[in-house]
Amino acid sequence: MISTAGKKDTERIKSVQEFQGKQAYSRSKFYSDKVRVSVGAGTCGLANGAADVLAGLRDEVGTSGLDFLVRQTGCIGYCQVEPVVDVLAPGLPRVFYHYMSAGKARQLVRAIAEGDFHPDWALGRLSRDQLLVRSERDFSSKPNGLSTVPKLEELPFYKAQLKIALRNCGFIDPHDIEEYIATGGYSALAQVLASIDPEDIIDLVEKSGLRGRGGGGFLTARKWRACRQAHGYPKYVLCNGDEGDPGAFMDRSIMEGNPHAILEGMTIGAYAIGSDSGYVYVRLEYPLAVENLQIAIEQARAYGLLGPNILGTDFSFDVEISRGAGAFVCGESTALMASIEGYSGEPRAKHIHTSEKGLFGQPTNLNNVETWANVPVIVNEGAQWFARIGGEHSKGTKVFSVVGKVKNTGLVEVPMGVTLRDIIYDICGGVPDGRAFKGVQTGGPSGGCLPESLLDLPVDFERLVEAGSMMGSGGMIVMDDHSCVVELARYFTEFLTRESCGKCTACREGIVRMLEILEQITCGKAVREDMDLLDELCCYVKDNSICGLGKSAANPTLSTVKYYRDEYLAHIEQRRCPAGVCRELTKFVVIPDRCKACGRCVKTCPVKAVRGREKVAHTIDQDKCVRCGACREVCPFDSIAVA
Amino acid sequence: MIAVFESKKMPLVKTVVNGKHIEVERDRWALDVLLEMGVAVPTLCHHPAVEPYGACRLCVVEARKGKWTWLTTSCDLQIREGLNIETDTPSVIRSRRMSMELILSRAPHVESLQRLAADLGVGRPRFGPHYDIGKCILCGLCVRVCDRLIGASAISFVGRGRRRSVTTPFGAASESCTGCGACIAVCPTGHIRSFVEESALNIETWNTRLEMIDCKVCGTPFTAAKLLESVQGRLGKGGSLERVCSKCRRLQMCKRLGEAFHQV
Ligand SMILES: Cc1cc2nc3c(=O)[nH]c(=O)nc-3n(C[C@H](O)[C@H](O)[C@H](O)COP(=O)(O)O)c2cc1C
Ligand code: SF4
Ligand code: FES
Repeated sequence: MISTAGKKDTERIKSVQEFQGKQAYSRSKFYSDKVRVSVGAGTCGLANGAADVLAGLRDEVGTSGLDFLVRQTGCIGYCQVEPVVDVLAPGLPRVFYHYMSAGKARQLVRAIAEGDFHPDWALGRLSRDQLLVRSERDFSSKPNGLSTVPKLEELPFYKAQLKIALRNCGFIDPHDIEEYIATGGYSALAQVLASIDPEDIIDLVEKSGLRGRGGGGFLTARKWRACRQAHGYPKYVLCNGDEGDPGAFMDRSIMEGNPHAILEGMTIGAYAIGSDSGYVYVRLEYPLAVENLQIAIEQARAYGLLGPNILGTDFSFDVEISRGAGAFVCGESTALMASIEGYSGEPRAKHIHTSEKGLFGQPTNLNNVETWANVPVIVNEGAQWFARIGGEHSKGTKVFSVVGKVKNTGLVEVPMGVTLRDIIYDICGGVPDGRAFKGVQTGGPSGGCLPESLLDLPVDFERLVEAGSMMGSGGMIVMDDHSCVVELARYFTEFLTRESCGKCTACREGIVRMLEILEQITCGKAVREDMDLLDELCCYVKDNSICGLGKSAANPTLSTVKYYRDEYLAHIEQRRCPAGVCRELTKFVVIPDRCKACGRCVKTCPVKAVRGREKVAHTIDQDKCVRCGACREVCPFDSIAVA
Repeated sequence: MIAVFESKKMPLVKTVVNGKHIEVERDRWALDVLLEMGVAVPTLCHHPAVEPYGACRLCVVEARKGKWTWLTTSCDLQIREGLNIETDTPSVIRSRRMSMELILSRAPHVESLQRLAADLGVGRPRFGPHYDIGKCILCGLCVRVCDRLIGASAISFVGRGRRRSVTTPFGAASESCTGCGACIAVCPTGHIRSFVEESALNIETWNTRLEMIDCKVCGTPFTAAKLLESVQGRLGKGGSLERVCSKCRRLQMCKRLGEAFHQV
C-alpha cells in the first residue's frame, strides 16, 4: 500500500528546534479547514466490511468533487459496532458513526456537504479530540448542533476507560507520521534527546511503576537498568508482538493503529539502555501489522526519527521487523530470540538472564508492544501522573480484549485495579440473551477460569495470580451457563499439546497425559482416581517445565478443578455434563409446562429429532438427537433443559 | 572427551551440597560437581561432549538461594556463591519419578529405560503408549552431537509439541550425513537402526544409504566413503588416511610391535 504522506514533506528533521516547527505544521494540517472523513480499517474493521466502506467513501468524494480528506485509521476498540466512520470537521466536535455500509457512507458525505451531520447514525461525539491526550479543541460545552448525539466518552463502553496505550488507535491514520506528530507523537523523544540523561529516564520509568504488559508484570525499569549495566556491545532492544494467545488482539490493534508509539517507545528505551539496534518481532498471522509497522519505520527514517543521528543528535537507533514463526511458544523471550537468530523457537533455561546474554549472545532487553506504547506518555505526562493511575503495585492501565458471551466485545483499556465486574458488566454490557454468567478465562491458555464469586476481584498482576489465573497478555473470554468448564480446560490443554515446543519431558509428555484424562472426563470414561492423577500431573508440569508455557499450562485445569469441582464430579460420577456441552454426557429434554409449541426448535433441529404438533408440547427423539443444543439456543421460553 | 566447553579459570565460591559445605569454581555445571562428589544423579539427555540441554528433566535438584527455593535441572545450572543444592528431597524424588514414568511410557520396551526406572522406583507406567514413535525419547543427543561435534547437521527436530520428532530434512535421504555413526553411539535407547548390506551402510532411521570402502587388506567394507573423505578433508595436508579397517590395522600394529621386540 502506498503511504498517503506527501513526498515533499519527507525531509529529515535536523534538530529538536526543527521538530517543534514540524509539530506546529502537522497540527495545522490535521486540524485544517477541510473535512476529514476516516474509516476504522484495522483487521477487525476489515473483517466487518471496512474496505467496502472506504471504497464507497473515496468514490463518492471523487465523483461529487468534494474537497474532503479520506483517511483510514485503526480500531477504536468498539469492535461490536463496526464498521466505524468518523468525521472531523472544522468548528465541530469529532463524530463517530457505527454500523456503516458503503451506501450509508456515500449518503453521509453527500449530507455533510450540505451541512447535515446525520446525528441519527452517530455513535457519539468527542468533546475533545482524543480520549486522553490533551487537544487543541474543546467542545464539551458547545456541541454546535450535535446535542442529540451522546458524548462518546460518556457511553457506558467508554466511561470507565482510560486510553494510554490505545490513545491514537482509531483516531489517526497510521500511515501518516504527521498525524502522529500532530497528536503529540515524538515529542517525548524530542524532549528526551534534548534534555534528559539515560539514567534519569530509567529513574523516571522506575518512579512511574511501569510493569511489563506481556504477562509476567516485570518491572520495566529494573530490566532496562540490568541491560544498561551489562557489559557488551552491541546491545539489542526488542519488541514482542507475537501475541499467540487465542482470542487476544490488543497488540495487533496497537501495531496496526498506532505503530509510531511503539517505535517512539523503543527509541527512548534504546537511548536509556545504550543500544543502537532493535527488532520488532511480529506474529506471522498479522500481515496488516507488519505492513503498517514497515510504513511507519520507513517514514520515521525519512523524518530522521530513526536511523543515524536522530534529530541531529549523536544518538542513533534503527529497527527491523522480524516475522514470527507462527507459534505460541515463540512469544517466550528465549524462544523469540532463537527465532530471530534463525533457529527454531525453543526456550532455554534462564539461569543467565537475557539482559546479560540474549539475542546473538549480547545484552538484550525485550518488552511487550503495550509496554513500549506506554513509555512516551510517561515521559510526556510525568511519572507521578502515571503512578496515580491504577492500584498499589500495578500502575497505569491495561488493555483487555473481551470476547465470548458479552454484549459488547472489543478492546477495553482500564486503570488497573478495576474489578472484573466493571469490565464485564459496566463496560461490556454483561452476558447477552438473559443468560447467567458462568466464568471468565483471563490470560488465555496460561491463565485460569474465575467464577462468579470472584467478579469483584480487582484486576491487577498479583490478585489474578493469587486467584490461580494470571494477567497474561490481557485476553478475557467470558462464558455463560451454556459453557462447560471441563471442556474449556480440555480445549486449552489441547491447544498447549500442539503449541508446546516439545523440548522438555514435563511439558511435552505431561500435558498430553493431562489431555488424555480430560478427554476421558468429557466423554464419561473417567473414574474418581483420575482426578488425583490429573492433580499430580498438573503439579508436576508446573514445577518441572523449562519455560513459562509449561509452568503455566496447568492453570486452566487447576483453576476449573478448584472453582468448579462439582461440575467435574458430575461428569465422573453421574456421567452428566450439567452445561449440556459434552455430547456423550448430555440429554436434552423439553419441559412440557414451559413449551408453548411454537415450533422453532422443530425448524432448527438439523436432524429432525424434535417432534411436535400445534398446541402440544414438543418432544425430542433421543435416538436421533446429536446433542448440538441448537434447539436450546433458539427456544424463546427456555423450555429445553439438560436432563 | 572433547574439551570444547572448558571455561577460563574462575574464582572459588562457597556452596552447599546435601548439607556439605564445599568450594567450587564459579560457573561450573552443578551436575558435574555432583557426579564428582559421588552423588548419584540420573540423566538421559546429558553427555559430557556437548553442552547441556535440559530436556529430560531427570537431573532435577532442589536449589535454594536466599529466600528462594526452586526445582531445577542440575545439568544446565551453574554454580554461584551461596547456592544450596539438595538432591534427595521428597519433591526431587517425586519429580524424577514422574519424568521417568512419562519417558518410559513413550518407549516401555527399552531395557536401558526399564533399568533406570527400576533404580528410581518406577514400575509399570500408568500411561499407555499412544503414538508410534519407535524408541526415541527426544533427548536430542544425536541432534546436538551431529551439529556441534561432527558439524554435519544432518538431522534435526521437526514439529512442535506432541508431534516433535528427529529426522533428516523432509525425511529424505540426508545429503550431509557422512555415516560417522556418532548418533548411534550416543543414543541412550538404541532407536537409530543401521546395517551393512552390499557394500553400503544403511542408516535406516535416517533413510540414508552410503557407499562403503573396502579394506585394502581383508577386502571387507569398513567405512563410509563420505566419512573418509570428510576426515581427509579436515586433516588437509597434515596426514593421509590408509584404507585399512580397524581390525587389520590392529593386526598390522601387533605384527610391527612383535618385529620390533625381536630386534631388540
Ligand atoms: C509461552 C509464552 C508465550 C508468551 N507470549 C508472549 C507474547 O505473545 N507477547 C508478549 O509480549 N509476551 C509474551 N510472553 C512473555 C515474554 O516471555 C516476556 O516476558 C515479555 O515479552 C516481556 O515483556 P514485558 O516485560 O514488557 O512484559 C510469553 C511468555 C511465554 C512463556
Ligand atoms: S516448557 Fe514446553 S514450551 Fe517450554 S521448553 Fe519445555 S517443552 Fe518447550
Ligand atoms: S540431564 Fe539434565 S535435563 Fe536431562
